[in-house]
Amino acid sequence: MAQVKVNINGAPYQAEVEPRLLLVHFIREVAGLTGTHVGCDSTSCGACTVLVDGVPSKSCTLLAVQVDGGDLQTVEGLERDGQLHPVQEGFWEEHGLQCGFCTPGMMMTAVALLERNSNPSDDEVRRAISGNLCRCTGYVNIVKAIQYAGAKMRGEPVTGAAESAA
Amino acid sequence: MAVAVQGMGHSVKRKEDPRFLRGKGNYVDDLKLPGMLYMDILRSPYAHANIKGIDASRALAMPGVLAVVTGKDLDAAGLAWMPTLMSDKQMVLPVDRVVYQAQEVAAVIATERYIAADAITQIDVDYEPLTPVVDPIRALDPSSPLVRPDRENKTNHIWHWEAGDKEATDRLFEQAAVVAKEDIYIPRIHVCSIETCGCVASFDRINGKLTIWMTTQAPHAIRTVFSLVSGIPEHKIRVISPDIGGGFGGKVPVYPGYVIATVASLQTGRPVKWIEDRSENLQADSFARDYHITAELAADADGTMKALRVKTVADHGAFDAAANPSKFPAGLFSICTGSYDMQAAHVEVDGVYTNKPPGGVAYRCSFRVTEAVHAVERMVDSLALKLEMDPAELRLKNFIPPEKFPYKSATGWEYDSGNYPAALHKAMERIGYQDLRREQAEKRARGELMGIGISTFTEIVGAGPSHTFDILGIKMFDSCEIRIHPTGSAIVRIGVQTQGQGHETTFAQIAAEELGLPVANITVEHGDTDTAPYGLGTYASRSTPTAGAATAIAARKIREKGKLLAAHLLEASPDDVEWVDHQFQVKGDPSRAKTMADIAFAAYTNHPQGMEAGLEAVDYYDPPNLTFPFGAYICVVDIDRGTGEVKIRRFLAVDDCGNIINPMIVEGQIHGGLTMGMAPALLEEITYDEAGNIRQGTFMDYLLPTAMETPAWETDKTCTPSPHHPFGAKGVGESATVGAPPAIANAVVDALSHLGVTHMDIPIKPWMVYKVLEEHGLAQP
Amino acid sequence: MIPSAFDYAAPQSLSEAISLLQGNAGQAKVLAGGQSLIPLLKFRLAGPELLVDLRKVPALDHLEERDGHLAIGAMVRESALEHSALIASRYPALLDTSSVVADPLVRNYATVGGNVAHADPANDHPATMLALRATAIANGPNGQRTISIDDFLVDTFETALAPDEVLMELRVPRPAAHSGSAYVKLERKVGDYAIIGVAAQVTLDGEVCAQAGLGLTNAAPRALRPREAETFLVGKRLDEESIRHAAELAASAADPVSDLRGPADYKRAMVRTLTTRALRLAAQRARQA
Repeated sequence: MAQVKVNINGAPYQAEVEPRLLLVHFIREVAGLTGTHVGCDSTSCGACTVLVDGVPSKSCTLLAVQVDGGDLQTVEGLERDGQLHPVQEGFWEEHGLQCGFCTPGMMMTAVALLERNSNPSDDEVRRAISGNLCRCTGYVNIVKAIQYAGAKMRGEPVTGAAESAA
Repeated sequence: MAVAVQGMGHSVKRKEDPRFLRGKGNYVDDLKLPGMLYMDILRSPYAHANIKGIDASRALAMPGVLAVVTGKDLDAAGLAWMPTLMSDKQMVLPVDRVVYQAQEVAAVIATERYIAADAITQIDVDYEPLTPVVDPIRALDPSSPLVRPDRENKTNHIWHWEAGDKEATDRLFEQAAVVAKEDIYIPRIHVCSIETCGCVASFDRINGKLTIWMTTQAPHAIRTVFSLVSGIPEHKIRVISPDIGGGFGGKVPVYPGYVIATVASLQTGRPVKWIEDRSENLQADSFARDYHITAELAADADGTMKALRVKTVADHGAFDAAANPSKFPAGLFSICTGSYDMQAAHVEVDGVYTNKPPGGVAYRCSFRVTEAVHAVERMVDSLALKLEMDPAELRLKNFIPPEKFPYKSATGWEYDSGNYPAALHKAMERIGYQDLRREQAEKRARGELMGIGISTFTEIVGAGPSHTFDILGIKMFDSCEIRIHPTGSAIVRIGVQTQGQGHETTFAQIAAEELGLPVANITVEHGDTDTAPYGLGTYASRSTPTAGAATAIAARKIREKGKLLAAHLLEASPDDVEWVDHQFQVKGDPSRAKTMADIAFAAYTNHPQGMEAGLEAVDYYDPPNLTFPFGAYICVVDIDRGTGEVKIRRFLAVDDCGNIINPMIVEGQIHGGLTMGMAPALLEEITYDEAGNIRQGTFMDYLLPTAMETPAWETDKTCTPSPHHPFGAKGVGESATVGAPPAIANAVVDALSHLGVTHMDIPIKPWMVYKVLEEHGLAQP
Repeated sequence: MIPSAFDYAAPQSLSEAISLLQGNAGQAKVLAGGQSLIPLLKFRLAGPELLVDLRKVPALDHLEERDGHLAIGAMVRESALEHSALIASRYPALLDTSSVVADPLVRNYATVGGNVAHADPANDHPATMLALRATAIANGPNGQRTISIDDFLVDTFETALAPDEVLMELRVPRPAAHSGSAYVKLERKVGDYAIIGVAAQVTLDGEVCAQAGLGLTNAAPRALRPREAETFLVGKRLDEESIRHAAELAASAADPVSDLRGPADYKRAMVRTLTTRALRLAAQRARQA
């Protein structure tokens, strides 16, 4: 057994785990944060994407022991003080999600992209999310959602596809 | 003042999104119950083998392992086999033989997921390998190994089915000036929703109630089937389908894992969780397609289509477990005359057993309509080549004319409405069809290769009318129950089950439109058999055509009562009260009006003497017909002469699904459908080697498109309402999956047609194209 | 998919790592980025008793030029190359390669060293390292040694590393003036292994090719250097004709197998196409250099 101590979304988690415990299972089962999902066995789908020290990472292909001491961010940590992250807002406004299963991983990748590149082209967005599979949306609205978030983060005016609530 | 309801036609922001955006969705694997056990399944490495014995002693000796379930255990309880929708039966766990690779062989029940995974490696199975038969054509040879010796008929042939008029068709073929003929194989594919299948089965020994949280598209039907098979009274079974991470047809069937987990919970009295790995999902869950088609299209010399003749061998795997509730073994395949006015057609299909996983589910489509559309749309292009006619012109010449609707097709379907020329003209204009043809000619002269592909498909969705559909005798109605609360908000419960389609939003919009209540004040619930009205589930684009209709009609029932309440409040005769701008008003006097909120309050506080309190209604809607959405798709491809790669330069989809509830959601459905249409056209397939080993058992080889392979889809629409649907809507979730593959295949064939190519099977892989280029000296690095 | 159980160690020093490997002869595996190893563990295609994680070993994550070569520490991630100005300016083939390994998320962990040391003929970096004439620095109980990339790559999943040796660094000679390099990969989709990949490096003397390096991905049981093609190019004018001829020679050297990525003859043809394209791109870059 090995001791793993991490921060997830700013809160400390500590547990004695088997070295083989996958990070995604640490997050879901030990920390109880079930927004991070598992979609494949082969590091292909990205449904399990979280940020490890700011880096988007497939948590099904990391051992929990590998990130001991790390600072993790999951989908549950995106909203701050009741305010949705611009990426969350973009996905909502541009209908960037359908079944919602790939969404948390997709959004974490998007958050990291916009940290590095505040004004990506559509092609750069597509390239950045090419390790995250979505089976529902056909990606068009995901690209728009990320562009919406980028514009919002740059302080530009934004309008999404959706009507505002009545 | 009119109420701002955001009903029909509004791009309302999805009401379900706030939980998904925060990672607070409720998927089956998120559920954790006290004392919960975990199940893992040992699967067969062989496609065909006798099981001489199973020794689970090493697994049982492991700490944390509670039980190992085998076919013998289930057999003792009469549960080793289960019925399929196709009057066949299917093994839950095998007693003495396995009939496909990855078939379930035994299950471990353990206290931890990791222990269960370890324990399945400690079960010793003594297999005696048998020769498998993998190819359905070969399977029909009497000398082939018998897949199902348990059946009375000692043959791999399951059934023969025909539709249409053979004699008339053959006669038209004899007279025809031109006949195009192609062998078209539509390969095995898999829906691969990003969430795999799984369940938590929890049997409460004290009250005798079984609750199953399950990744199912049809919770009510599952409850009934489980009750019939297990003998547990139906009121003691509760099926909950929580948030579902994509379905596409793959979550319609009952998989052995669900049944084994349930049995394990019944035996242990503890909750049992089973969640598939992706490999299990891909290797063992129901496949789609696997149709070997020979199609012929007859026409006059001027291009007037006369008749279509189709023969098909359908590979159903080892059990005929197609998720097909129609009364026809090949589902709706006889829709294959498509959008074209033909005098006759004849369709024959033979179902065959092979040593491959069972299935025949849809892949985001309605029971074999994709196969039908692919066949006819490919044949139209093949005929156009024979006639040396532009494929758009040939289509326009042969479309069922708008004035002929409702139209009775040569195989007996009654199309509700359509305007095919309008859709194609719109598509051609918007994409600049004539300019593209000019560009193609110029490029050809330089040896460059581009292609333009058209698909003008007709879909058939909304199962369905009870004359054509049932599930184990249960008619395929669907339902809605609406209850309006005193303060003017409402709950809408429906019998269908969303897997991402946005029902919590669109059904609220339907109710809002009909009731005059703001969308924000309406909650939609579904997926829990203890609370939702009975329905048959969501697949085959049936939710809006069936439960959507039920919602409108239930709301109209409420309006009937509302009118009486309004008359009471307005001190008018009910005959003088009308429903205008989402409220009741006295005819000709907008100043005397009552909103639905006023009515709701009165229904509980001030209803007239003799009237029951409350404001609610239920409707079970048995549709009179299916709906027939359609579209005109144009795809432009460029071909890399050095590699044979096909690059989709543009893809325009003009869709017509009648009246639209939420344009944003419809567009999203079309984007997704197009991507799931492109995938089997260029990337996805499942094949087997001679020994029955799957070749694409993980996402490393089963190629789901990423954002890089997926083009920036362009969409547009026309609107031809369904005349029989309460608000003129048609299903749309699958149109694009059905319509897109032939547009892409036709584009590639078009690019190569001057080299004598008339057909290519999908998925079209770079090496297939390159081979053609090389043969004609056109390959160039 | 759950790995079978193993022990785990994250040594603080290289010597500690080596002694752990030594003490578990053949039963221990080095864990760098883990993007090849962890999937193998999950599918239970590998079942080591001990994982020796290099993440705490100091001085393995350097990416810099020193003494006439580029030094890539064993723990340098693919994404580090992808976002490095130095790589972009002077080692375009490495940039090309690190931009097409697996997918962007995998590249955040996958190491260049691991990509080479896994010795999968389908991995992209071995071919590039062949074309760039790289050397590998290994360290073991008997100290440090330098291995040419040709000797390092022995066979499918087999390198010259002893079980108790650790790959420390890859060294890529700093390209001479008027050099250009490129890596071109044909894949079925993003995230896939190459159908075929070709790396090329050329040094120009005017329009004459003074030096040429080539490497082929997934064209043989190990990453392949088509020597005849390289030799042919040296001293020739680097034009369409000589490029085409070199591509023919590279295709003849290839020994691909038929599989889901295509029939062998197609793959051989793709060696021809991609060698042509890689050389064209490398030549163009050399002219601009």
